[in-house]
Amino acid sequence: MIRIFNLFFIIFFLLSAKAYPLIEIDITRGNLDPLPIAVSPLFQDDSSKRNSINEIKIENVGSEISLVVENNLKISGLFNPLSKEAFLQKPDIAHLKPRFEDWALIKAQALITGKVTIEDKKLKVEFRLWDILAGREMMALAFTTVPSNWRRVGHIISDKVYERLTGEKGYFDTRIIYVSEEGPKTARVKKLAIMDQDGFNTKYLTLGNELVLTPRFNPTSQMVTYLSYFKNLPRVYLLDIETGTQEVVGDFPGMTFAPRFSPNGKKIIMSFAKDGNSDIYTMDLENRIVERITNHPSIDTSPSYSPDNRFITFNSDRSGFQQIYVMKSDGSNVKRISFGKGLYGTPVWSPRGDLIAFTKLHKGKFYIGVMRTDGSGERLLTENYYQEAPSWSPNGRVLIFYRETKSNDKGEGFSAKLWSIDLTGYNERQVQTETDASDPSWSSLLSN
Amino acid sequence: MNFSKSFRNTFLVILLSLIVSACATKTTTTKVEGQMQGDVYTGNDTVKYLADGVPDRVFFATNESILTTKSRDTLRKQANWLRENSSINVVVEGHADERGTREYNLALGERRANAAKDYLITYGISADRISVISYGKERPVDSGSNPLSWSKNRRSVTVKAN
Repeated sequence: MIRIFNLFFIIFFLLSAKAYPLIEIDITRGNLDPLPIAVSPLFQDDSSKRNSINEIKIENVGSEISLVVENNLKISGLFNPLSKEAFLQKPDIAHLKPRFEDWALIKAQALITGKVTIEDKKLKVEFRLWDILAGREMMALAFTTVPSNWRRVGHIISDKVYERLTGEKGYFDTRIIYVSEEGPKTARVKKLAIMDQDGFNTKYLTLGNELVLTPRFNPTSQMVTYLSYFKNLPRVYLLDIETGTQEVVGDFPGMTFAPRFSPNGKKIIMSFAKDGNSDIYTMDLENRIVERITNHPSIDTSPSYSPDNRFITFNSDRSGFQQIYVMKSDGSNVKRISFGKGLYGTPVWSPRGDLIAFTKLHKGKFYIGVMRTDGSGERLLTENYYQEAPSWSPNGRVLIFYRETKSNDKGEGFSAKLWSIDLTGYNERQVQTETDASDPSWSSLLSN
Repeated sequence: MNFSKSFRNTFLVILLSLIVSACATKTTTTKVEGQMQGDVYTGNDTVKYLADGVPDRVFFATNESILTTKSRDTLRKQANWLRENSSINVVVEGHADERGTREYNLALGERRANAAKDYLITYGISADRISVISYGKERPVDSGSNPLSWSKNRRSVTVKAN
């Protein structure tokens, strides 16, 4: 019970941090007390180890899975995985029945144990979550999959543990689609890339022959929408990442850009530029019907639906400068919601529905922030030389965005990297990518 | 009385001309340093030429798509040249600097390219000879992160399409 109380305390503290302005968050960042957890290597017997080498060229996949779990829990900022060197009990014994005093001695409050077997080309995994102070099992689960899926097994275990201990869905069994960048600024080569949320299993989806920008996941399937300059005609495309098939979205006589799916995945909302003016349109992916949503001589772009489909937030300069607006999804009742100093862009509705994340430019600095959907409660999470384009984790707890560094007069020193930060303003981290990266979009949970 | 008044006026004139010359000196200095007026680029070290004396690009102020006097002059030269070379079609590329969000900059580049296109149309060039494309902030000519570099990148460029 004390353990659970502690975790409640952490969550309470995270929520209460909302009240602090940016500067104080900066000062107090990292002062949290994450929950000490022991992730015991998942036990694997010798015959299974031999099969493991044959199947996936990894001897001790149980150990590897536990490292995936450990890393996930650590980067969430809510857990402090303890050093395995201090563990007193062997993995197989601990999995049967932990000696709680031993784990309490190294200050663990929770323990994950497990067992893996590989037989007949199948990976069988069982794991248990233990409450050390209460001396009882909290959760036990088993599943079977193909051996090559072993990293996903680690992510699913992480999600289950996260959910059991925080009461909220996790975000580890997810992927990030982004734009991989290489070469000098004046001749940048950009490719679509996809990777697991923890930076592994990177795959490139385009070759870099044409400029590609702003990929976004369909929240309900393995589809992606993005902007491609294929044949020098910038248009919104739809890509099925399982089959690799792609198609142009709609038949527009000019540039379409800033695409995003509706929450049910059935529509694409985007900007269409005609005679220099950008307005917001939708296309229904089932019946291909195109609807015009805004009709204004200003720039209207970066649209994003509310999770209930009833509203759209977007970026417009109809007031003279870039600001954030909200309207009903039929385009009526347009209301400006950003009124702070500076320019506002890239509004994205939280999957929880209560907040809108945005980019703000003020006095030469760029901020990632959140505000309530009526524009109140603006809170800036991070300040930097250049950063933009936040995308929410599926549980609405974390934002991923990209950050660029300043170059010198020769263009040296430039980089573009992905970063993530908790909604609380804590736990800011660089997300590792093989190349420079921008325009990240977070997928939904792959399994539920 | 009159004398002292006219003396005072002369004095004022001298003083004013001193201020003006001080300003002039200052402007020259900024010009050398920055080649910018306001934050619009006025130099020509990245400018290419469609033909002798016909610059290919015009420059914009931050977040603006308004054509400056110099831009209009350049575009009139382009229009004259296009009239004389009626078989040539052009693409007007619109660009933005790196200090804005990607999607807004795509829209801004589109707006800038169309501002140039509209001016060419006003000077008699048929709309179907001019297409536009926005690259937003994706194709800078100057890779520095400083106000002068940014001013060179806020541009629309008229490129031969055939």
